[in-house]
Amino acid sequence: MNRAFLKIITVFWKDMLTELRTREIIISVLVFALLVLVIFSFAFSIATDMTETVAPGILWVALTFGGVIGLNRIFAVEKENACLEGLMLCPVDRAVIYWGKMAGGFTFMLAVAVVVTPVFLALFNLPIFLPRLALVIVLALVGFASVGTLFSALAVNTRARDIMLPILFLPVVVPVIVSAVKATGPVLVGGPWGDMLTWLQIMIAFDIIYLVVATLVFEFVVEE
Amino acid sequence: MNKEIPASSNRAVEARGLEKTYGEQYALRGIDLTVDRGGCLVVFGPNGAGKTTLLKILSTLVKPSAGSVWLDGIDIREKPSQIRRKISLVSHQTFLYDNLTVFENLKFYGKMYDVADLDKRIREVISWVRLESRLHDRAGTLSHGLQQRASIARAVLHNPSILFLDEPDIGLDPHASKITGDIIDGAGSDKRTVVMTTHNLERGLELADSIVILDRGKVVYEASRSELSGEDFRKIYDRYTVTGG
Repeated sequence: MNRAFLKIITVFWKDMLTELRTREIIISVLVFALLVLVIFSFAFSIATDMTETVAPGILWVALTFGGVIGLNRIFAVEKENACLEGLMLCPVDRAVIYWGKMAGGFTFMLAVAVVVTPVFLALFNLPIFLPRLALVIVLALVGFASVGTLFSALAVNTRARDIMLPILFLPVVVPVIVSAVKATGPVLVGGPWGDMLTWLQIMIAFDIIYLVVATLVFEFVVEE
Repeated sequence: MNKEIPASSNRAVEARGLEKTYGEQYALRGIDLTVDRGGCLVVFGPNGAGKTTLLKILSTLVKPSAGSVWLDGIDIREKPSQIRRKISLVSHQTFLYDNLTVFENLKFYGKMYDVADLDKRIREVISWVRLESRLHDRAGTLSHGLQQRASIARAVLHNPSILFLDEPDIGLDPHASKITGDIIDGAGSDKRTVVMTTHNLERGLELADSIVILDRGKVVYEASRSELSGEDFRKIYDRYTVTGG
């Protein structure tokens, strides 16, 4: 197996193990996202004809803002005992560190989505089995994790990192959030693939752009 | 400027004209230094003299604003990954993850450095720092001194030929300080090249082959250890530093 890929897995494994011990990211994001869903479910009594316009926004507000909380923690763990310096001393390309951390961030957010989405569907009386929604979520979370990991690394060395990350992250991921909302609507009402195809293509394009750009600039973000 | 130092050179560490600025502030001003293979250079200086910045540059963590560094004859800007396999840094920070056990921490770093026969190597280095009984405890539950020992084990896990030590004795009892000395002497390997910073003049002189004093980012004094006695050095240190440490 490719040596760089093994190192990515090693960084990912370390983050998983740390999170399994502390559950800092998963629990905080999960509580926030579920709370948002419950509040919205009381605030809106969604009529069937409003499902396509309102419900997707509620799901993506919960996942996006919950995701910001989780992304903030991705590099915070590396600040303890200056572990980031230990990581930077390792004889690996900086991109390896980026991809390992990004894979961890994606997995944490996906785990949260796996719990939050069925609750969302149940609260809004929607069908539980929606495989196309899983595709939308995966594509959107790849975009979130790719940009979020980069900005988490940037924000971790700033004093106001909790504020800095959303300020940097949210404007950049707007295309992905809008596409995810637009692609989720047809899925919830059982619309045709054609209605969501353009939005899926936009998400794929942005995911690729984010991943390529973030891989290239990560070195400059983490060095000093 | 030449990127490579001749292969026949006995120099493990060579820095020329190193400068580091943060905005208008100079952290280092034109540092030149050399350390021969297997030698131990001890860098003294008061707080804020630039010792930690110097070690961070030498260990590839920070890029200099000007000047060049060669480690084992290789320019660190040219082949940083290759250089990182040969070096290690022990700082007052341990680089250990509090929520992982000592074993898991060493396993993680060992995999990142492609250490062969890793489990055996972990048991070997952990026996040098006498932490066998705490190997499966979380790093965060260890006292500072024990964490520092685990950090030394982490640093020598991949058997680096050049070791950078940034005030490694802080918080260590005399027994643990002796372990640091043994590691510097190259426990289980050829003698390592060491660049170390410290405030402890006696301890530094004990380990040094050569010494430099840094003050406000400049080398203000350098000498071979054989030229100095402990008493002389105390006077020299006080004379050359603004605060006298």
